[in-house]
Amino acid sequence: MKKVHDILTQICPEAAQEFSTSEDFFADGLLDSFDLITLVSDLDCTFNISIDGGEIVPEHFLNLRAIAALLAKYGVTP
Amino acid sequence: MRLDFANKKISGLLTVLPRNERSFLDEMANFNFPISRSLKLKAVMGYDRHRLVDGPVCVSDLAVFGMTHLFETGTLKRDEIDALVLVTQSPDYFMPATSNVIQGRLGLHDDVFCVDINQGCAGFVVGLIEAFMLLEQPAIQKVVLINADVISRKVSTRDRNSFPLIGDAAAITLLERTSDAAPIVASIKMDGSRRDALMIPAGGFRQPSHPATATMTEDSAGNFRALDHLVMDGAAVFNFVMMEIPAMIESLLTAAHRDIGSVDAFLFHQPNRFMLQKLADKLGVPHEKMPSNVVENFGNSSGVTIPLAIALNLRQQLRDTTVQVCLAGFGVGLTWGAMLLALGPLHFCEMIDYP
Repeated sequence: MKKVHDILTQICPEAAQEFSTSEDFFADGLLDSFDLITLVSDLDCTFNISIDGGEIVPEHFLNLRAIAALLAKYGVTP
Repeated sequence: MRLDFANKKISGLLTVLPRNERSFLDEMANFNFPISRSLKLKAVMGYDRHRLVDGPVCVSDLAVFGMTHLFETGTLKRDEIDALVLVTQSPDYFMPATSNVIQGRLGLHDDVFCVDINQGCAGFVVGLIEAFMLLEQPAIQKVVLINADVISRKVSTRDRNSFPLIGDAAAITLLERTSDAAPIVASIKMDGSRRDALMIPAGGFRQPSHPATATMTEDSAGNFRALDHLVMDGAAVFNFVMMEIPAMIESLLTAAHRDIGSVDAFLFHQPNRFMLQKLADKLGVPHEKMPSNVVENFGNSSGVTIPLAIALNLRQQLRDTTVQVCLAGFGVGLTWGAMLLALGPLHFCEMIDYP
């Protein structure tokens, strides 16, 4: 998960520590809906995938575990 | 709703862009966000430059400027016009209709049918449908469809959700009857139960403008806007587009017995580059067949982005060839529509600046 954590930290450097422990990045104020777009774009580029537009909802990006589960659907083990 | 049209065509297109150009880099300081995050968004969303009216310019000003250009160049004659359909969300007045204002300012005869339609980003498809329906009437040979908005005047300059991508523009499309056009297939859907996703809350009769509705407040994401300003639930709109548009396009292609490969260009409304790329990927359309260069060069001008995409990307080609296109617009209402048609050769296809 280091690559995903690094991407999140680039988007919001001040929350580097909290990304490891937060259960809900959005409720905890670490990410907003525009950051979600940036996150998806970075995940697409880093893992050479295209996350389906219908899956770009906060529920799939709440925490590191949720992101890992989504990436697994695209055959990516971060 | 599925709609079919025969023996009608688009015969010309002119776009009018305000000469005033602003850059996202110059405006970033207005937003309450770290520069690094704004720069990242710039790259992903395609924020770069946008064209905005400078001062109290109205929709009829852009429309009259464009129509006058067509008259003065001999491209169109006043007495050829049987109907004038204006699609806008930013009319000159509550009353009278801005189409009447345009008719009066242009000196068109009193036998011209004028109508305003309040529509936004689906407004080109909605306007084409209305114009094609008017052309069913024997008395109507030619319809001028004007899509125009100066919506920047209703967007907070401190709203990073909306201001960087907003644009003002007008498009004048000439439609007429013909005996040799291929069938046109369209689809249109509306869902007013989701109307809150994109709106200007104050200024109408439900909540008249008042000093209190002009007071700027900060939202949870750090944007500043007033009730008099446009507000968009970006996540809800994104989700709506991703769920509804691919299904509509696939259904339309099936109805027309066509496949993705038979379409030369997918000219979709352009809210931002990211959304278009996701739509293209979901539909299996190569990115080069779905241009996303309007929003980064001119901004999102609601119902004008599709005609701008046509003029910007195809105007040389459309002088003497036919291009199979799929148009799609989606936005306020919520409203979404798509159309498959053979476009060109066009009598005119031009882009001009105002003033």
